[in-house]
Amino acid sequence: MKTITKLWIGIIILIIITPLGLLLPAHFKAGSAWGEWGADEVGKVVGYVPQGLEKLSELWKAPFPDYAFKGWEEKGIMHLSLAYIFSAIVGICVIVALAWFIGKLLTKKE
Amino acid sequence: MHIPDGYLGPVTSGFFYVVMLPIWAFASKIVKKTLKVKQVPLLAIGAAFSFVIMMFNVPIPGGSTGHAVGGVLVAILLGPWAACIAVTVALVVQALMFGDGGITAIGANCFNMAFVLPFVGYYVYRILSGNSPVNSNRRVIAAGIAAYIGINVAALIAGIEFGLQPLLHHTATGQALYCPYGLKTAVTAMCSGHLLVFGWVEVLVTALVVKYLQKRDPSLLIGCEGNQL
Repeated sequence: MKTITKLWIGIIILIIITPLGLLLPAHFKAGSAWGEWGADEVGKVVGYVPQGLEKLSELWKAPFPDYAFKGWEEKGIMHLSLAYIFSAIVGICVIVALAWFIGKLLTKKE
Repeated sequence: MHIPDGYLGPVTSGFFYVVMLPIWAFASKIVKKTLKVKQVPLLAIGAAFSFVIMMFNVPIPGGSTGHAVGGVLVAILLGPWAACIAVTVALVVQALMFGDGGITAIGANCFNMAFVLPFVGYYVYRILSGNSPVNSNRRVIAAGIAAYIGINVAALIAGIEFGLQPLLHHTATGQALYCPYGLKTAVTAMCSGHLLVFGWVEVLVTALVVKYLQKRDPSLLIGCEGNQL
């Protein structure tokens, strides 16, 4: 088997086990990454919500916020794990298409 | 290390977009000259790898989480300029589709993770590897050290970007407008997490894949030499 094929298989295995990135933090009761809290979380810790942060934090509505579906925040970890794998698949399809396109464009002989 | 919208003021966000534009333009120019047609799939795998490895949030028990970036490995395989493009693609998709990292912070996040991280990592790897044979253990160790230094320098710079905000933007009464934490807190938090925990994940994935490729297909490890400039 070609090495490139082996590397693609590696990526697929990583996709399947991505829920570890949700389950481990949940198991060890770890929160968000430092500096990636939502506006209300900042408000709770700091005592006020910085005005600019409040205004800008809702600037962009991503289609799959936090690698999940809208309204799934309260669903269990099983649902979130499935959404996580789905996000990994969709994200990687888009990224591979984009990177491939850019690569083809840049290696095109004039 | 994905700075969300609202944590950086307009000066910092704008500054890093302005800094990144010529870097992206230059990266395209260099990659156009050096990337071979048969390396295009590797560029796509590199971008996909960086994206998926960033989904593996690693916890500090009872504290925060963090993750590897994979950018040093991509730089070792494809050169730092191609790595810059690959990681940029991953970061832009993360921001637009998944709200991971802000739209206004794409310039800053790309500066930290798609520029500083692969470049620092790449040159540390090259310096430490010296003229050692491609299948030597020295290269595996060099890759590990390069990964550790690359991700930690990027974390330090992210910490500085966060920490400058209260100095740059505050109300008359002293309330912060954006990130409320100053340099000392932000730099300490960003560096300690990456030095103690998250940096080691970057070391592990980088060294393991280099070791694997040494056995399996060492040509991939020398494919980019000369791609740096």
